[in-house]
Amino acid sequence: MASSTIELAAPDVIAKYEVVIGLEVHVQLATNTKIFCSCPTSFGAPPNTNVCPVCLGLPGALPVMNRRAVELGSQAAISLHCNVNPFSRMARKNYFYPDLPKGYQISQFDQPLAEHGFLDITVTPEGEPAYKKRVGITRLHLEDDAGKSLHDGSFKDMDRYTYIDLNRSGTPLAEIVSEPDMRSSDEAVAYLTELKQVMQYINASTCDMEKGHLRADANVSVRLKGAEKLGTRAEVKNLNSFRFLKAAIEFEVARQVAIVEAGGKIHQETRLYDTESGETVGMRSKEQAHDYRYFPEPDLVPVRVSEKWREQLRAELPELPFDRRARFINDYGLREYDAQVLTATRDMSDYYEQAAKASEDPKGTANFVMGDLMGALKGEGKEISESPVPPEHMGELATLIKRGEISGKLAKEIFVKMFAEGTRPSVIMERDGLKQISDTGAIEKIIDEVLAANPKQVEQYKSGKTAVAGFLVGQVMKLSKGQANPGTVNEMLAKKLA
Amino acid sequence: MNLAQLTIPQIQQGLKDKQFSAVELATEAAQFAAAENPKTNAYITLSPDRALATARLVDEKIARGEDAGALAGVPVAVKDVIVTKGVRTTCGSKILANYIPPYDATAVERLEQAGGLVVGKANCDEFAMGSSNENSAFGPVRNPVALDRVPGGSSGGSAAVVAQGTAVVSLGSDTGGSIRQPASFCGVVGVTPTYGRVSRYGLSAYASSLDHIGPFGRTVEDAAALLGVIAGRDEWDSTSAAAPVEDYVAACRQDVRGMKIGLPKEYFAGLAAETGDIIAAAVETLKSLGVEVVDVSLPATDYAVACYYIIATAEASSNLARYDGVRYTHRSDSSRTLAEMYRNSRGEGFGAECKRRIMLGTYVLSHGYYDAYYLKAQKVRALIAQDFARAFEQVDAIVTPVSPFPAWKLGEKVDDPVAMYLSDIYTITCDLAGIPGMSVPCGATPEGLPVGMQILTKHFDESGMFRLAGAFERARA
Ligand SMILES: [Zn+2]
Repeated sequence: MASSTIELAAPDVIAKYEVVIGLEVHVQLATNTKIFCSCPTSFGAPPNTNVCPVCLGLPGALPVMNRRAVELGSQAAISLHCNVNPFSRMARKNYFYPDLPKGYQISQFDQPLAEHGFLDITVTPEGEPAYKKRVGITRLHLEDDAGKSLHDGSFKDMDRYTYIDLNRSGTPLAEIVSEPDMRSSDEAVAYLTELKQVMQYINASTCDMEKGHLRADANVSVRLKGAEKLGTRAEVKNLNSFRFLKAAIEFEVARQVAIVEAGGKIHQETRLYDTESGETVGMRSKEQAHDYRYFPEPDLVPVRVSEKWREQLRAELPELPFDRRARFINDYGLREYDAQVLTATRDMSDYYEQAAKASEDPKGTANFVMGDLMGALKGEGKEISESPVPPEHMGELATLIKRGEISGKLAKEIFVKMFAEGTRPSVIMERDGLKQISDTGAIEKIIDEVLAANPKQVEQYKSGKTAVAGFLVGQVMKLSKGQANPGTVNEMLAKKLA
Repeated sequence: MNLAQLTIPQIQQGLKDKQFSAVELATEAAQFAAAENPKTNAYITLSPDRALATARLVDEKIARGEDAGALAGVPVAVKDVIVTKGVRTTCGSKILANYIPPYDATAVERLEQAGGLVVGKANCDEFAMGSSNENSAFGPVRNPVALDRVPGGSSGGSAAVVAQGTAVVSLGSDTGGSIRQPASFCGVVGVTPTYGRVSRYGLSAYASSLDHIGPFGRTVEDAAALLGVIAGRDEWDSTSAAAPVEDYVAACRQDVRGMKIGLPKEYFAGLAAETGDIIAAAVETLKSLGVEVVDVSLPATDYAVACYYIIATAEASSNLARYDGVRYTHRSDSSRTLAEMYRNSRGEGFGAECKRRIMLGTYVLSHGYYDAYYLKAQKVRALIAQDFARAFEQVDAIVTPVSPFPAWKLGEKVDDPVAMYLSDIYTITCDLAGIPGMSVPCGATPEGLPVGMQILTKHFDESGMFRLAGAFERARA
């Protein structure tokens, strides 16, 4: 469909409407093997090599539930405050597709693994204050992934053939369905961001979006502000980046509002987001929708999660990012934004936590971690887990400033050496004579020297041009090789010139 | 050696006494099957090389003085819905006409580990759908007892090869009577074990919640021996049961005095007189062995056929979806679009009965019909199971006819699928309830057509069933 055929509403018109969004997110669970067979889930193997009779859907092959998939699914559910059902059931979702070898997906239907949860999110719209919001989670269920159809690529005859790679077939997924609680693309992005963080924190998924480990379907509808009745929704499928999620929702909202404004009707349908054109395109209408003919999977016994097992899984869970953020703000006096940056990944937050615990100035530590350390890591293309500086050293660096043993400027100099050598800052400080001079006797000597050498500037100061003090301080610092305590210098200089 | 007369104990003795070797048994079975098959069409594929390879291993073990297994040197046929690595497995369908599986079904693996020789793949109704073996894409099987008659179905080939003698025992599958009815028609023993007793791994699914693999034999003990080998928990089938496997051969030899059997009145109304008389005589024989006989009632039986055809077809419509022309199946080459390729491949590959059941099953699972059909049928199924549970509080076993009538003439019922469906009326309740059942030969009609008696026991009480069947067989001999 050409872009000219789709009319979009202008922002001031859109502003009259309320947007209602629910997300269905597919998360690939971080098991070593597939959900119903023992094939590896590793990425990047040659096509159709990580396969067996089960995930190829050969005649007679039967699925056997991967216990680890149930564990990770349950932990994901617990982290989203869901009730894990003691008894749930797999169901067949029947449809034909070339990369679906069994002719059905093994999913869950009326008896999902978990239900009734929520996720707290922090929304930070551009140019507006941040706010918190709670998004309801309807359910979490387990299912197997299909294979991959390759329509273009390296094979010569791809103009005539579609190639199929079944390595992904049988990969375990958790589908997490939200309530239609989100009211903007920013909220949707915040939700997905938080969800991704939670899944990564608990090691339920690597959430590698480039590899398709996290994919979202967005249900979007619009209604006039104040209207009771929900608008008809369209479902935009398979959004695999935050950027696409935001863009697809915003396009869809503008499209729907334009239709409603023109007196038209929104059709319930499934749409695809075209990443090239930035538009959503109709895929199939409600009338064309699949009748999946769900029924309980007779080849698998029901999934039973006992209370004991569930509590064991709960006990294994780490602190979740939302809670950790709140604690960082409380305990370490961080600002909301800094807390967000420092809890973006579990590795980052674990690192900061260790650094802060080793520090007399957690807030100062945060600044060094976010500024110097992250900058240096980025420069070398390294992750926080690969940092050559142990967290305790970062804590110590902030402590040295706090104690007045070094200045901020010296600290930066010391940090470069810490990053290069992996040596403790206190050791570098002593070794390289980078200690700050706070001894007033020593500083007085330097000041006297500077004043003697610059009689013209002293004269100017005394005649009222006090701005020249900066120059004199600079000279003192220079003579002390940057080691003089700038506060002390300022103070003493003012006294001398008075 | 006369293969058609040999039993498993005789083979064991013969191997021990060096009357023959396993290789000789394999060779004889291959020659005999090749010679006999044109008469009955009971095999779709013969696998002499595979039988010979196992036979050599058996002979080597014997030469080393090792235990060669409970089925050492025993020629076994395998129904062609059960996969065999490297040996074509067609499921009786054109859609899998050239399919060679890359793995063995658990039952096949186990029987070969016990020294059994897989001599060939037995003909059957397409995907085990049928009661006469006339729905095979490879042609009907003729009943060895009366070549103008059907052998029953769907495991018609498995019953015929045992009756004919080209195999000593065989594996069949039973979803609604597909082992017991052909056993009855061909005059051999056929056993449907408890659901979960034998792994279904490698059995091409027709209706997963009803499918069973089970043995055929010319004697009760031979069938018991084969079941003993293939039974037991298998980690590849989550629905297989961990219940301990008893010594079924020993059970065959136990006394039955004091056992109590029930005759359900619902299974005797409308029975052809000749069959009814034979069953009545069989019950008298049991009485003479000290078995107590009482009347029981299984009132939900009336709904069994309807219930079965909803559940079985619903599951079948899903199970057969994988035969789509994309990978290992027949692919129509006259298609321009994906949808056309599906339609044409399936249209050309499946026979009429498969299509009928796929359509029925698709319909009953459709949006808005699920509750009225599938869900209701599951409730009826629970009632049928309850009927049996109640009856087994009173009795050790239930005895009924297997089929309302003996083997019919080829072609006689092919145009009336409903009449064909109704012929399963006595056998499908066992599958729906998941209890074990078997057919034991108990006589013949004046025309010489075999009649089988069905023995049903409670879940995992195959031993009780074998006990009665063994005693009955000895009493008739
Ligand atoms: Zn696999």
